[in-house]
This record gives sequence, C-alpha cells and structure tokens, in this order.
Amino acid sequence: MGIELVISGLLVLMIIAAIVAVEIKDLLSSVVAVGAVGVVLSLLFLLLQAPDLAIVQLVVEILALIILVRATVTRDGTDYSTKEIFVKTVTMIGVLIFIFYAFRAIKELPRFGEPKMKVASYYVTEGNGIKNNISETGAANIVASIILDYRGYDTLGEATVLFTAVLGVLAVMRKVGRKK
Amino acid sequence: MAGYIPYILCLILFLVGLYAILVKKNLIKIIIGLGIIDYSLNLFFVLVGYKKGSGFPILTKGETVHPMVDPLPQALVLTAIVIGLAVTMLMIAIAIRLYEKYGTFDITQIRKLKG
Repeated sequence: MGIELVISGLLVLMIIAAIVAVEIKDLLSSVVAVGAVGVVLSLLFLLLQAPDLAIVQLVVEILALIILVRATVTRDGTDYSTKEIFVKTVTMIGVLIFIFYAFRAIKELPRFGEPKMKVASYYVTEGNGIKNNISETGAANIVASIILDYRGYDTLGEATVLFTAVLGVLAVMRKVGRKK
Repeated sequence: MAGYIPYILCLILFLVGLYAILVKKNLIKIIIGLGIIDYSLNLFFVLVGYKKGSGFPILTKGETVHPMVDPLPQALVLTAIVIGLAVTMLMIAIAIRLYEKYGTFDITQIRKLKG
C-alpha cells in the first residue's frame, strides 16, 4: 500500500498543477505550471523503477519549457475565455460519456502492481538460453536492448519522425521566400 | 477499487487535458492541453507495467536475473516521449507564425483564409 499511496499523492499534485496550467490567466505562469507537471512526472518515473525514462523526461521537459517560453514571453497574454454555454454543456456531456466507458474499461485491467508480463518473462527466462551470457542480446540494460535490438525498426521510425518534424519547423519558420 | 486508484487519477489528468483542448480558445492553452494528454498516456503505460517490490530492468555485474518491472512499456514510452517533444515543437512553430500573421492567439479570430 505504501508505494501506491506515494504515487497517488504525486498524481494528485500533477492534476492540481495541470488545472492551474489550464485555468490561469497569464500565459507565462501557465507555461511554468506545465513545467511543474513534467518534473513531477519525471519523479514518478523514478519511483516506478524507470530511470531511463526519468532522465529523458527531465531533458525533454526543459527543452519544451524553453520553446514554450520563447513562444509566449513577448506576446499578448490575455485569456480569451469562453462565454458560450453550449460549448461547455456539450463538452461536459462528452466527458461524462467518456468517464462511463473508461471506468468500465479500467475494471478489465490487471490490478496496479500485478502486471501480466508475458513478453518480459520470456526475455528473462526462455530468452536466457546462451551460457555465460546475461541475456539474449548480451545487454545489461534491458530497455536499451529492446529499443535498439528487438524494436530497432521502431527506433528508425522515431528518427524519421524527428527529422520530419524538424523539416516542418524549418519550412514554417523560414524567412526566405516569404511574401510581404 | 483499491488496486485501481493510480489508473483513475491518470484518467482524471487525461480529462484535464481534454477539457483544455475542447473549451479553451487560446492556441497556447490548446497546445498545453495536448502536452498534458501526452504526459498522462506515457504515465499510464508505465503504471500498467509496474510490479510491486521489484527493481529497475538493468542487470548488475554477475547477475543473471532479479525481480524487475516490465521493460517493454518503458521502451515504448521512451520513443513516445521524444516524438511528443517533436510534435509540440511543430505545433508551437505554427502557432508563432499564426501570431505573426493575425496578431492574436484567439482561434475564433483566426478564420480568414488569406495568402
């Protein structure tokens, strides 16, 4: 029960920071609140025994924060609040339907802390066939061996997505060829 | 219900992001809502793979096996985090260009098709 309580407390902190980020008027404060959400998420990854993810999340969060501050700091920060009752009503009905089905779906999941782990069990038992070798790939870090060996094409696709996103940013932001 | 509380809180975080996307009119707020949804989904994957009383999936020297959490969701989420950053960067670049063109982040004002 102990670890579950700690994780639930940090998640409540994340939810509070997210509500602040969504509802506060000043855009710069909103961006800083998103940074708080990301840093707590990094802490949660560390508690959930995922050190690689914690490191990557921290770096990504800092980069995203810098870019978001660049986008908001010199610009008009007024909040364009919604006055229309119709939009909020429809949104609330949609959210209630979503909650109903999501609660039914969550009941089907394995309980927290008791995963099925079919693939991972294969990796550490049957996959451990070679003598004097710690695993099938010989890698000590199993997460690294999955992303670079078993799912190497997946990582190649990730690099493609990153390259495409950089191309998109360059195409959108370039100064040459822009009509005045 | 006792074993499902972290999942439910993760779902509530998702709903906060969904609310921001559907109701807010500020472009930056919508991007922030998408980022929050991204965080909650990444966290959900890692939560499903967590196993009580086990260590991280890295073998130390001379060790063959020890109780460890599921490494597969962690590998998938590692990819998803980086792609999330790339998507956020692209969205912010488009938002900056829209601000240069229209002088506002209000999505109800950005409806004229020009040039």
